[in-house]
Amino acid sequence: MTSFLPPAERIWWKVPVGRQELIWIAIALTWCIIMFLMMPIWHVYGKQNLSTEAYQTTPAKFGAKVEEMVSQYKVGEEAGVPIVEPPVGSDVYMLGRLWQWYPVLKLKKDQEYRLHLSSMDWQHGWSLQPDNINLQIVPGYDMVLKITPDKAGEYGVVCNEYCGIGHHTMVGKIYVEE
Amino acid sequence: MAEFRECPDSGFYFHKSAESLMKINAVTGVVALLVAGLLAIGVILTRWQEVHWLPADKFYMVLTGHGINALIFWIIFFEMAILHFAASTLLRCRLATPRWAWAGYFLMLIGAIMNNVAVFSGNSSVMMTSYVPMQAEPHFYLGLILFAVGALIQVFVFFGTLVVAQQEKTYEGSVPLVTFGAITAAIIAVFTIASGAIILIPTFLWSIGYISHIDAEMYRVIWWGLGHSSQQINVSAHVSVWYLLAGILFGAKPMSEKVSRFAFLLYIFFLQLASAHHILVDPGISTEWKIFNTSYAMYLAVLASMIHGLTVPGAIEVAQRKKGLTKGLYEWLRKAPWGNPVFSGMFISLVTFGFIGGITGVVMGTEQINLIIHNTIYVPAHFHATVVTGTTLAFMALTYLLIPVLFRRQMILPWVAKMQPYVFGGGMTIMILFMLGAGTLGVSRRHWDMDFAGALMAFEYPAIAYTLMAVGAIGGLLGILGGGMYLLVTVGSLLFGKKLEPSAGFLESFVGKALDPSVYSVKKPDLLAMAPKEEEEHTSGFEAPGTFGLAMLLLVTFVVYYFINWKYLASVWPLG
Repeated sequence: MTSFLPPAERIWWKVPVGRQELIWIAIALTWCIIMFLMMPIWHVYGKQNLSTEAYQTTPAKFGAKVEEMVSQYKVGEEAGVPIVEPPVGSDVYMLGRLWQWYPVLKLKKDQEYRLHLSSMDWQHGWSLQPDNINLQIVPGYDMVLKITPDKAGEYGVVCNEYCGIGHHTMVGKIYVEE
Repeated sequence: MAEFRECPDSGFYFHKSAESLMKINAVTGVVALLVAGLLAIGVILTRWQEVHWLPADKFYMVLTGHGINALIFWIIFFEMAILHFAASTLLRCRLATPRWAWAGYFLMLIGAIMNNVAVFSGNSSVMMTSYVPMQAEPHFYLGLILFAVGALIQVFVFFGTLVVAQQEKTYEGSVPLVTFGAITAAIIAVFTIASGAIILIPTFLWSIGYISHIDAEMYRVIWWGLGHSSQQINVSAHVSVWYLLAGILFGAKPMSEKVSRFAFLLYIFFLQLASAHHILVDPGISTEWKIFNTSYAMYLAVLASMIHGLTVPGAIEVAQRKKGLTKGLYEWLRKAPWGNPVFSGMFISLVTFGFIGGITGVVMGTEQINLIIHNTIYVPAHFHATVVTGTTLAFMALTYLLIPVLFRRQMILPWVAKMQPYVFGGGMTIMILFMLGAGTLGVSRRHWDMDFAGALMAFEYPAIAYTLMAVGAIGGLLGILGGGMYLLVTVGSLLFGKKLEPSAGFLESFVGKALDPSVYSVKKPDLLAMAPKEEEEHTSGFEAPGTFGLAMLLLVTFVVYYFINWKYLASVWPLG
């Protein structure tokens, strides 16, 4: 009679299932398969797929690469942070540390770059605003992704992984020019 | 000799030891909920940017305490009570090894207090997730470990009780569906606690200096075996509570035992996957694994929830129609007992969990869509729909039933109880919907200041984001009011409610001397017989057409919202 008593039929698994439930299960399963297939389909036809390219690194090694890029391609400074304009298609670096994104990048619209991201200390969240792309930045890992900024403008990089008392001051910049 | 009492109102049998454990676990859980609710005020009034109440250090401390007390201590203590109820009470069986269960309870209590002490000393504001290499004090981790060990002991007492019930033949046929659901929750709990032990024990050793380094990515992968799966315990537990309440309120029987149990079985197989939900935008995690894990193999656990979403209200509809409420599609629902908080709480839980929690969870757990959602305030919006309006409200509804049945007190202030699910569910739903909106605009979670005061570089969120956060905060305050109403009624009833039977005072009521000894008897309860067979009316039409309509509405909402998010994703920078 109820859900909290043993089933009325001892062999309950042989009781036929009603038509309504079977139809709903079929509909729900179909929807589940569609959602499942959407992910591989987007890998083929979609443009926003996170690369799996990553390397183990150390803060020292990654920091050295960042500094090398900064010394080669520095074009200015903003609030004490260098602005860097690396060549189109090159390897571009940005690091997160307490409490700063470093350096500021200047990129060309509709051009592809290989962006490397890592943390010097704790975990950080790389949140590109207002476009709203969010990545987890983990110390010890050099995350590499190909990006193609497709809208010109000024972007903020907010930290959205809690990283201590100065977390809210951790804002970086990326400029995308025509 | 095991002593039992039969509740004259409900007919449930309570084993004396099990009864005390249910009470103490439930009451401790409610205390944790009180702490979590008070802390929520600080969280809300700080994130409401126009108020911006607490300073940064206090805010992060309060947020850490809110998360742990609400998500871990409140829910798991209460779930222990549910497990003992599902085994001992529903199967009319003595509790196996009550002393071990008490030992488990005290370990949990010590762990919970130790962890709270660490948090409120101010040096462990590491959030519930405590991501390394940010370090908390050693007793932060030790508290969680003790809590987990205690929970594991109580889970094994639950399993032991099932074995006793079977050997002493206290029931006929198979265990009831509700017990089956509780078994699902318990199995997932074992997996969860094992994951927790694997990662928290080394992290504790690291915090006292015995281990030099914990890989931050490894920590995330294993920690989420704990963090996500623990939420799946809640899903299994509150779905079981839905079935239980549907049965008690309406005499509803499962539309099909086979289908409902199969859905629970899918939970056991697939629901404890999905740790990937939290690491979809992490470095170096393979695409194939992410797709498999994030989708619970092939959304098979989502399928299970969609099945429960049909069969729980479907069972109610069938029961109501049998009582003659057959007019149109929805007379059975219109004439449901909306003034009874047991029903309204349960039904609001069901609807918000499915329509908001479920849909947003699948959307944000989609491998690529997570790029536009990860770590935004969309995430806490989602899990407040699952664990607050879903799990917590279901447990609240159950409490209204337990006050007379388990605690033998009459509820005080029934009109407050009547309004409570609407205030709590309504307020939280407002908060959730507006936070979802703010998250879509990129507003960050776990963030003290959306104005970025003191940052060297500026960024401004759109003005509408501030409005969304403010309205969300007002909804949240309304939710807290609803939570306060719950505490007022439940605690007030335990203290001042009319005693339904000769009873010891409140304090004694949860240390083993619950009621007058005369209500207990050493006589073994009667065999729990199988549910009576009913004449099946075989019609070619649908048994529960109204529910089917609701299910189709859910599906349409789901499909539309799912593809809107793909469209939004397509508008951001191409990356690969």
